[in-house]
Amino acid sequence: MTVRVLVAKVGLDGHDRGIKVVARLLRDARMEVVYTGLFQTPETVAIAAIQEDVDVVGLSMLSGAHLTLAPLVVEALRARGSDIPVVVGGIVPNNDLDDMRAAGVAAVFGPGASADEMVAAINQVVSQSRA
Amino acid sequence: MTPSAYDQWLALYEASAKRDAAFATMSGVDLDPVYGPADGEFPGLFPYTRGVHASMYRSRLWTMRMFAGFGTAIDTNLRFKEIIAAGGQGLSTAFDMPTLLGLDSDDPMALGEVGRCGVAIDSLSDMRDLFADIDLATITTSMTINSPAAVMLALFVAQAEEKGVAREQLGGTLQNDILKEYQAQKEFVFPPRPSMRLVRDTIAFTAAEMPKWNSISVSGYHIREAGSTAAEELAFTLANGFAYVELAQQAGLDVDEVAPRLSFFFNAHIDFFEEIAKYRAARRLWATWMKEHYGATNELSWKLRFHTQTAGVSLTAQQPEVNVARTAIEALAGVLGGTQSLHTNSMDEALALPSEKAARIALRTQQVIAYETNVVNVADPLGGSWFVEELTDEMARQAEAIFAEIEAMGEGSMLEGCIRGIEENWFQGRIAESAYNLERSFNRGTRVVVGVNDFTEGNDDADLEILRITNADERKQVGRLNDVRRDRDESKVLLALEELTRDALDPEVNLMPALINASRAYVTVGEMMGAMEKVFGRHVEVPTL
Repeated sequence: MTVRVLVAKVGLDGHDRGIKVVARLLRDARMEVVYTGLFQTPETVAIAAIQEDVDVVGLSMLSGAHLTLAPLVVEALRARGSDIPVVVGGIVPNNDLDDMRAAGVAAVFGPGASADEMVAAINQVVSQSRA
Repeated sequence: MTPSAYDQWLALYEASAKRDAAFATMSGVDLDPVYGPADGEFPGLFPYTRGVHASMYRSRLWTMRMFAGFGTAIDTNLRFKEIIAAGGQGLSTAFDMPTLLGLDSDDPMALGEVGRCGVAIDSLSDMRDLFADIDLATITTSMTINSPAAVMLALFVAQAEEKGVAREQLGGTLQNDILKEYQAQKEFVFPPRPSMRLVRDTIAFTAAEMPKWNSISVSGYHIREAGSTAAEELAFTLANGFAYVELAQQAGLDVDEVAPRLSFFFNAHIDFFEEIAKYRAARRLWATWMKEHYGATNELSWKLRFHTQTAGVSLTAQQPEVNVARTAIEALAGVLGGTQSLHTNSMDEALALPSEKAARIALRTQQVIAYETNVVNVADPLGGSWFVEELTDEMARQAEAIFAEIEAMGEGSMLEGCIRGIEENWFQGRIAESAYNLERSFNRGTRVVVGVNDFTEGNDDADLEILRITNADERKQVGRLNDVRRDRDESKVLLALEELTRDALDPEVNLMPALINASRAYVTVGEMMGAMEKVFGRHVEVPTL
């Protein structure tokens, strides 16, 4: 079954190099990728994820706001009764990994993560959530 | 008979003041200020491939301008003073994302971002604290801001006025390069055309009132960071520069009134010789286009002066200490390419904002280049290298081909070509394509990044101490903003906002006076931007993949 991914930029961070490159790398791995553009809120991401019936949400974050915003996206999904897993890629210091996991983020991809690592981890997250 | 190129250069060289330094090698070999055949190209002479000054760094080293900003204005002011104490000569202000997008710190969208990537500026009160105890008549200030650039300039002028520093004494640069925001950095607010009207207003205002101020820093840095090639960085940046010249001409300014106030900002990426060739080609192309296409007759219009920053994207989170080596090589390319000012990134910037120690090492890297290596003794030391000359020509050829495409999109106008290229996602698409191709080469392993796809032993070493910014700064800043709102005279605020709205509705009016009045009345950045947004509307990028 094809994996459907919503990739999203939440908040004010306009750095979209990473998200666009990742979107294409995921497509190269035969995933279906939806991108809703810049300046989304946790709510708009949750609504789009549910409407698009995706298997996983990927947030791209550079600015350091991940500890504030990523948990809000998880909450916005759960508040709508969705258990779609959320993964995060970007500038996330190692010290924050435990907090991210505690907030319900299923996987974190730091700078330098390869396409193969990301694809494998997303497939694993999706197969766990489908199980 | 016209004097030879050499004689012209020599006259300029002899007329320039020199630093008090020995221009010799470490072992005592005396060095000429420049090398090459007498009928060849020389620095300080059109088309300036070899440098904009005849004496280059023998007269003055580049400005070691370190970019800084975080937390509240009070926090950043302390960092500014440390930079000056450590030998930094110019300030460069990083604003946080809410400020970059013209939002107040208490805006719901600002949550989690206040003071994080830069300093939070909401009103005149913050601007005053930011530059407290700093002599604005001697230290030049660069403000890296674009969508709200006119607002930030107004606040800056208003706080300088309070300190008794006249507008004509203020030296510095406003980034104010909105075109590259739509193309690459994506911190836009209004649609392109009203944004360009604000740029026009700042150009006209600074041309009339602030003779030491650079109205725009035309920036390739972000285009490159977003993933472009070196030639795309070069071509898009210069095309944007041409667009601003055409914009000013439409507003009735002469090319020689505006071009000398444009400065440039380029990336120094890791491909050493390509970067040097890019800077050399940039100077040659700009000089040629200003003279031949735009009819500039003032030499200052021909001279492309630029700031350089080492490539943030080249830094790795793995084995971050290695970033010191990358940054040193990139900085050296900037210097050998003849930069006028330089920011060196800190080794920890793939992880967080720089710690004080990491920022100091980055500045020390510049000082090693400036004071230990002797590379500053000879202008354009790589000029005449068959390789570097050919690569310079190649950069110029590729850029000319891209200029032709942009000009065709604009049916003969670079200004229209740049706007249309943005509206049709042409720039954005090309940049994304180049970024993707580069990433694929890393994933395939055809391009090595030390510590990332090869030489990974040591990646599990203990983490660096990094700067942590907590949400406590956010609460502190919101408290400061509440104080401003409580203490100001609301009737003055309303009057200033009415004036701003009225002026915004008339595209012929320059908005700077209304923005300065609003600044004095403690109207907040978010309120000024909000009033203009009601008139101008908001830009929404339709994303493409």
